Amino acid sequence: MLASRLPARLDVLQSASGVFLALFMWLHMFFVSSILLGKDAFWHVARFFEGYHIFGKPYPILVSGFALFVFVMFIFHAALAMRKFPADYREYSTFRKHAGELKHGDTTLWFVQVYTGFAMFFLGSVHLYTMMTRPESIGPYGSADRIVTDWYWPLYLLLLFAVELHGSIGLYRVAVKWGWLEGRNSAATRRNMKRAKWLVTVFFLALGLLSLAAYIKIGIDHRDNYGEHYVPASLSVPLEPRQ
Amino acid sequence: MSKSSDQTTGRETQTGVSDQSARRLTIKILRHNPQDSASEPRFEAFELDEAPGMTLFIALNQIRDEQAPSLQFDFVCRAGICGSCGMLINGRPGLACRTLTSKMAPAITLAPLPVFKLIGDLSVDTGAWARQMGERLKTWVHQESEPDIDRLEERMEPDRAEAIYELDRCIECGCCIAACGTARMRRDFVGAAGINKMARFRLDPRDERSDEDFYELVGSDDGVFGCMTLLGCNDVCPKELPLQTQLAFMRRKMARVK
Repeated sequence: MLASRLPARLDVLQSASGVFLALFMWLHMFFVSSILLGKDAFWHVARFFEGYHIFGKPYPILVSGFALFVFVMFIFHAALAMRKFPADYREYSTFRKHAGELKHGDTTLWFVQVYTGFAMFFLGSVHLYTMMTRPESIGPYGSADRIVTDWYWPLYLLLLFAVELHGSIGLYRVAVKWGWLEGRNSAATRRNMKRAKWLVTVFFLALGLLSLAAYIKIGIDHRDNYGEHYVPASLSVPLEPRQ
Repeated sequence: MSKSSDQTTGRETQTGVSDQSARRLTIKILRHNPQDSASEPRFEAFELDEAPGMTLFIALNQIRDEQAPSLQFDFVCRAGICGSCGMLINGRPGLACRTLTSKMAPAITLAPLPVFKLIGDLSVDTGAWARQMGERLKTWVHQESEPDIDRLEERMEPDRAEAIYELDRCIECGCCIAACGTARMRRDFVGAAGINKMARFRLDPRDERSDEDFYELVGSDDGVFGCMTLLGCNDVCPKELPLQTQLAFMRRKMARVK
């Protein structure tokens, strides 16, 4: 009987789903950080994904649908990645002791992947479920209210670190795993990739922290008007969303 | 050769030239004899003067000659060719004969390589591991027909021969296995030494096996898809084999098997 092809397929799918999620998170951070350009900028970004600029009216269900798709990919990737987690305490403690003795960068990075991945099971699920069920609330005031008055800021702070570390480490690891862009000098390429990985992590963490601070400031200022939707200067009345 | 003596330290060097900067090394060794039921794993510390050009292999011999006649460790070639003296040096796998004490802090900790069967102290049985790996992965040239041993072998492109030789430099010292987090957690994982062997035979034009045949040997979570790309193997290999490249290469080839 031939050996199952499933391990090969699962390995490819784990990498593919991880690359999709990591690249999506980069784009996501750019969209979220549009708040740094002003409330109007973020309002337009949020409405753009509801089709407002195409259909003339917002359809939050579009965001729900996409959030559901990302949620499915997230669960799929988590299920595939879990195959590599230490299966029991013996494996966990063996690996931990090994990593502690070896003091080897990439071995430690994998442990960071395990910890951040595990944390995201919970942190990411809360966020994705909220985006799926409350898409119309995404906006300068709605998001800021959620972060401050609804107490999402500790969750987003932890999620930010987990996502940015996991995503950039993951992309680096996928590249060396499949030998992408290796060139003639694999050691030099790996060194450069690692350097780029840290730069990317620091950049997105800084962007994320600045954005979170901006939402917190808006949320604090808007605390007394919780629930009110933002109306950009170009509109006189709030939009009626269509589900 | 007349030996000179340093007035301050009174130490002499092997070359006869006094060396004021000679250090006192403390080498802590994990000792255990699994054949002896009364033996408990324990660290024993040995002190000795560092000599110029001293390797851990030289230091270990000196300790055995002068302080611990029962100390067990392996060596054959003393030149990084036989792969016998692999051990954990300050927690990192390496060859004792290729490690200069001058490159290290004066406190050094040595332990046997994990994963392999312990013979005693720093001596482990990498041979048994390599043999089972070889049998499991069928690490020899496979041909459909019996080779004619009276005929000259088919010629091979020099570049191809060179590439095969590059991978054949593996001395099966076990360092890549001991540095592999996956191999530490999962005993059935073939490790970089095994996957490198497969890459070597896949390159060999005399080996008639197809990628489908190689998939039967390493196309599983105990094989190339079990590798988590921690790259400890690549980074400790004393022969500096391109293990990162070979692991990625075999993964790509095996993932394409229909």
